[in-house]
Amino acid sequence: MSIVFWVIKRDLLLAMRRKSDVLTTLFFFVIVTSLFPLGVGPEPQLLKAIGPGVLWVGALLATMLSLGRMFAADHADGTLEQMLICPESLSLIVLSKVVVHWLATGLPLVLMSPLLGLQFGIEGEALRVLTLSLLLGTPVLSLVGAIGASLTLGLRGGGVLVSLLVLPLYIPVLIFGAGAVDASTSGIGAQGHLSLLGALLVLALLATPKAVASALRISLE
Amino acid sequence: MSKINWYKYSAPVTFYGLAGKMFPGFAILSAILFAIGLYISFFVAPTDATQGDAYRIIFIHVPAAWMSMFIYVVMAAYAGIGLAFNTRLSAMMAQALAPTGALFCFIALFTGSFWGKPMWGAWWVWDARLTSQLILFFLYVGFISLQAAIDDPRRSDRAGALIALVGVINVPIIYFSVKWWNTLHQGASISLTKAPSMAHTMLLGMLIMALACWMYTIAVALYRVRLIILERERNSTWVSDLMKEMK
Repeated sequence: MSIVFWVIKRDLLLAMRRKSDVLTTLFFFVIVTSLFPLGVGPEPQLLKAIGPGVLWVGALLATMLSLGRMFAADHADGTLEQMLICPESLSLIVLSKVVVHWLATGLPLVLMSPLLGLQFGIEGEALRVLTLSLLLGTPVLSLVGAIGASLTLGLRGGGVLVSLLVLPLYIPVLIFGAGAVDASTSGIGAQGHLSLLGALLVLALLATPKAVASALRISLE
Repeated sequence: MSKINWYKYSAPVTFYGLAGKMFPGFAILSAILFAIGLYISFFVAPTDATQGDAYRIIFIHVPAAWMSMFIYVVMAAYAGIGLAFNTRLSAMMAQALAPTGALFCFIALFTGSFWGKPMWGAWWVWDARLTSQLILFFLYVGFISLQAAIDDPRRSDRAGALIALVGVINVPIIYFSVKWWNTLHQGASISLTKAPSMAHTMLLGMLIMALACWMYTIAVALYRVRLIILERERNSTWVSDLMKEMK
């Protein structure tokens, strides 16, 4: 288990030394969601209706843009190869790296989302559900995204390619995440959606580290 | 009857010859079946009482939708075999099937929208089936573009195999989430599932068309895999011998 601690500590330190990376993703999220009212008009009813979807799609795109950073720096300086040949479980190392990726990109989005939700007129219970759904959903985005990031490692045009690979796989998270808020505002109750998001998170936690580990082996052999 | 040595044909060199022998048979069969199927669908099958002649588009639409889903599963199975047993040929088969699967997916979407306009009055509705078909098309595009982006054939095979397997695990999750999303939103109040009892000739025509699509898929995949084998093995002696023979 010490490998988990070690990788998390190291990656967090690296992320803190490059604060601009974290902030760029966050501001991308803020700017993209702010464009929608300008595009569709300022009617409060309309904004309230599209708000959850817009915030969720913004979170999807922001996560996707930051995926390239997950392994790229370690790949460039050879650290990743050392990780591959070290005797510790590669799945655990991958999981730790994904955790740090989420702490550096997903968590700031979650913390920012209530503020942006208010801009769209989402209030009270719905706002809590929105934040909770993002809290459950963004780790899934980081986990599934890691598969795309590891497969496209070092490829030309990897950034665009990763979006083609990963965005279709994000669709269930988007549906249940944005659906949770809709269900809560329409009075059905968001519990079903949130439970399914939790189930997706458990499934992703179990299955993706292994897939990412074999993808890294494929990309670096 | 002597036992067939299956391992013999898992080598690209021998499969190249076998595929070359099998291709004309499947191609001819497919052409004949298409001719019969199209004849039945245009001239034999009766006009539908409620939908008029526009319903005839299902004779290509339904087989295409079946094939698009089935090919994805077959492709993922080939990819899985290639990844597990390190066989080069199965990865080549997966690569050869992908464009045909994407093509059928596109045909299903395209013809579906032509059927939707007279029936529903809309080119596109966000129905669960349409949406998941569209997502399946995205998955095909992802697979094809990942394979195309990697130059090293070994890495491209294995990376493609992994994404195909991840996709095939996700297909049911995507399908059910889209279905639930659709029922929750109660968007278009049209049900595709209330299939009216179909006349026998209609069903017959559709099945023959589906068989024709099968034969077409096999023929095209064999043809394409021959080209992939030639491209991959271009530096080997048997290919250069073959090229000399052809000259």
